[in-house]
Amino acid sequence: MREERSDMSEDEDGGGGSAKSRGGGGAPPPFSDQVLENVLENVLQFLSSRGDRNAASLVCRSWYRAEAQTRRELFIGNCYAVSPRRATERFRRVRAVVLKGKPRFADFGLIPNNWGAHFHPWVCAMAAAYPWLEKICLKRMSVADGDLSLLAYSFPNFKELSLICCEGFSTAGLAVIAEKCRHLRVLDLIEDYLEDDEDEMSDWMSRFPETTTSLESLVFDCVGSAVNFEALEALVTRSPALRRLRVNHHVSVEQLRRLMALAPQLTHLGTGSFGSAAAAIPQGGNNVVDLVNTFAASKSLVCLSGFRDVAPQYLPAIYPVCANLTSLNFSFADISAEELNPVIRHCHNLQNFWVLDTVRDEGLQAVAATCKDLRELRVFPVDPTEDSEVSVSDVGLVAISEGCRKLRSILYFCQQMTNAAVVTMSKNCQDLVVFRLCIMGRHRPDHVTEEPMDEGFGAIVMNCKKLRRLSVSGLLTDKAFAYIGKYGKLVRTLSVAFAGNSDLALRYVLEGCTKLQKLEIRDSPFGDSALLAGLHHYYNMRFLWMSSCKLSVRGCNEVAQRLPHLVVEVIRDRDEDDDGEFVEKLYMYRSLAGPRTDAPPFVKIL
Amino acid sequence: MSTDTGKSSTESEVSGLDYEETELKLGLPGGSRIAGSEPEKKRGFAETVDLSLAGEPRSRDPGDRSTDGLVSGAGKPPAAKAQVVGWPPVRSFRKNALKSCTYVKVAVDGAPYLRKVDLEIYGGYQQLLTALEDMFSCFTVRNYPNERRLVDPVNGTEYVPTYEDKDGDWMLVGDVPWKMFVASCKRLRLMKSSEAVNLAPRTPQGSTSAR
Repeated sequence: MREERSDMSEDEDGGGGSAKSRGGGGAPPPFSDQVLENVLENVLQFLSSRGDRNAASLVCRSWYRAEAQTRRELFIGNCYAVSPRRATERFRRVRAVVLKGKPRFADFGLIPNNWGAHFHPWVCAMAAAYPWLEKICLKRMSVADGDLSLLAYSFPNFKELSLICCEGFSTAGLAVIAEKCRHLRVLDLIEDYLEDDEDEMSDWMSRFPETTTSLESLVFDCVGSAVNFEALEALVTRSPALRRLRVNHHVSVEQLRRLMALAPQLTHLGTGSFGSAAAAIPQGGNNVVDLVNTFAASKSLVCLSGFRDVAPQYLPAIYPVCANLTSLNFSFADISAEELNPVIRHCHNLQNFWVLDTVRDEGLQAVAATCKDLRELRVFPVDPTEDSEVSVSDVGLVAISEGCRKLRSILYFCQQMTNAAVVTMSKNCQDLVVFRLCIMGRHRPDHVTEEPMDEGFGAIVMNCKKLRRLSVSGLLTDKAFAYIGKYGKLVRTLSVAFAGNSDLALRYVLEGCTKLQKLEIRDSPFGDSALLAGLHHYYNMRFLWMSSCKLSVRGCNEVAQRLPHLVVEVIRDRDEDDDGEFVEKLYMYRSLAGPRTDAPPFVKIL
Repeated sequence: MSTDTGKSSTESEVSGLDYEETELKLGLPGGSRIAGSEPEKKRGFAETVDLSLAGEPRSRDPGDRSTDGLVSGAGKPPAAKAQVVGWPPVRSFRKNALKSCTYVKVAVDGAPYLRKVDLEIYGGYQQLLTALEDMFSCFTVRNYPNERRLVDPVNGTEYVPTYEDKDGDWMLVGDVPWKMFVASCKRLRLMKSSEAVNLAPRTPQGSTSAR
């Protein structure tokens, strides 16, 4: 018997699996079928990729059930695509959950607070359904201390917690996790926003078990408040399995040295401030020598980050580990090319490099000269405004493309760029999977020819045949989008801002990019007729975001009516009145759960 | 506000070739900046400005920036630009970590606690010191001809306000123009005068460092 199919096709992300699932209720299968299912389970347990699993679940009812019983990791790309109850009813033996909430533009303040993505209903459902849960990874979810508490009390075997770009919790929640999760191996807090009242901070570092811990990874560089350093030192001392430690900027370089001495086995280190906290005049030479020796003893280090307040005289201390580094994050280090050069010169094995544009084109040239194995580069602006000084430009981009032929992923913020440089990169770096170029001045053309940046981005989609993620910027006409639609056949994620001339641009993309999953657009002149051009595709996508475009309620309503399994949210800014016809922010996504019941007043679901 | 800028930018886009988006325009068409302009060096400023600590007039500050010979592109455009929400797309965590955070810690030699002040709310050194006086209420400010010192009336110990700048050097408060001080000050320390002799005395050039 074949499982009935809906209009929603399967893709890698599945929002919880195939559509119209039937939980596994009904009469039990006959004995021989049961045997077959047991055999099937034994086989299917080896399937790890969720794409493969989704496909297997569609073969027939028997396979559907067997797959559901053997899926250990549950990936929910959009927490509103399926209800917690439905997910936990279908997949009953899950040990690890990945859950993503808000759309990415929330990171840039485009979504008002309290929009949603609450962890609460999920943790409640999981607490009941998955007593043996070991891992939770949340991205852009709203997590309360109470949720962390429930987590800590509900899962006796809990091992790994990763919170990425989450908000709503505080050190009080961390304290409960530390205290109650006795088998904790991983506590990774990455770019979260902690609610912490200066007067009510919790000494969470002291709450870890006093016996030897199983901690392998402790990442808290985003925690704004200082931790109890003595407790941290003691924790590191009794955590022999610790391999990854990223401390926050309150940890001084002297304190760091002490931690490193206690944990020479570290592979990943976030250095905190890397500056001196001492109120006294720094002792200069002695401190650096000690630090060099400490780094020299850390023979396993492959990943360095932090450097939040880096004092340049301490930088040479990392020379001993440079040759082993595969990943270096200098993106908070305000250093010049002169300061970068002696470090990067040694980093022959570097694959991931994040840096600030303070190193300028010369710094990037130095990177290109040494880091022949570079796979990922991110260049961030020290002054993220439209009118900051030129520091990196087309020159740096070309240098990187010529030196780092294996580049797969680039994020590059700049004030000026040329088509020629982007074309050059498209030819030199054929392995590019992710190309994100942010020319910070809106509508800015090629600074030499004054032409739009159409040809550059066109070359990227044409020449980089593996491209899956693209962010465009600068002055762009509809032509750029014609290129994207024509050549961007593998593109799954597309970010557009301040670009295009007319509806045609969006049409090209919706009609051409057959693998498009995630489309986020802001401040571009696309209206209802373009929106309606994508009706054939929206069920294949995780979401569409459009803000400050030319959409009207009428157009959005039509989409909502024609596609009943799409949730169409119109989001107002808090202090705006009901705008009538004009839609300022549209967020729409396929869902098995129907309109959500937790929408705040400024969200209208059509 | 984002509504307005969104609409206006899209309207100019519809007209196609118009680069003169007036309210958002920054520099030359094509947006090219004068790449040669170097970031301000504090020593350059100190050389051009002679500062007396007491009674520093506020109106100096905008003037300071124009006395240097750099192309105006090096400084920020004086007119308030229309800010677009969320552009450029840099996460607030990163923005907050990188921006010149004007909150600095204030330490007092011998006191076990630290306080924090936001330098941006003060108009100049005078106000800052008054605030410190309020904060560490045991102090009174004593005026010397070229300096201010804070005095603990209980034991008569004198404290000199010092600060650590971005380069890690410890300087006497008051050496550089106020704005430059705000930009470069990382922490304040009220140092006992007896220890402060190690710091170089104030010179017209200002920014010598002690080692």
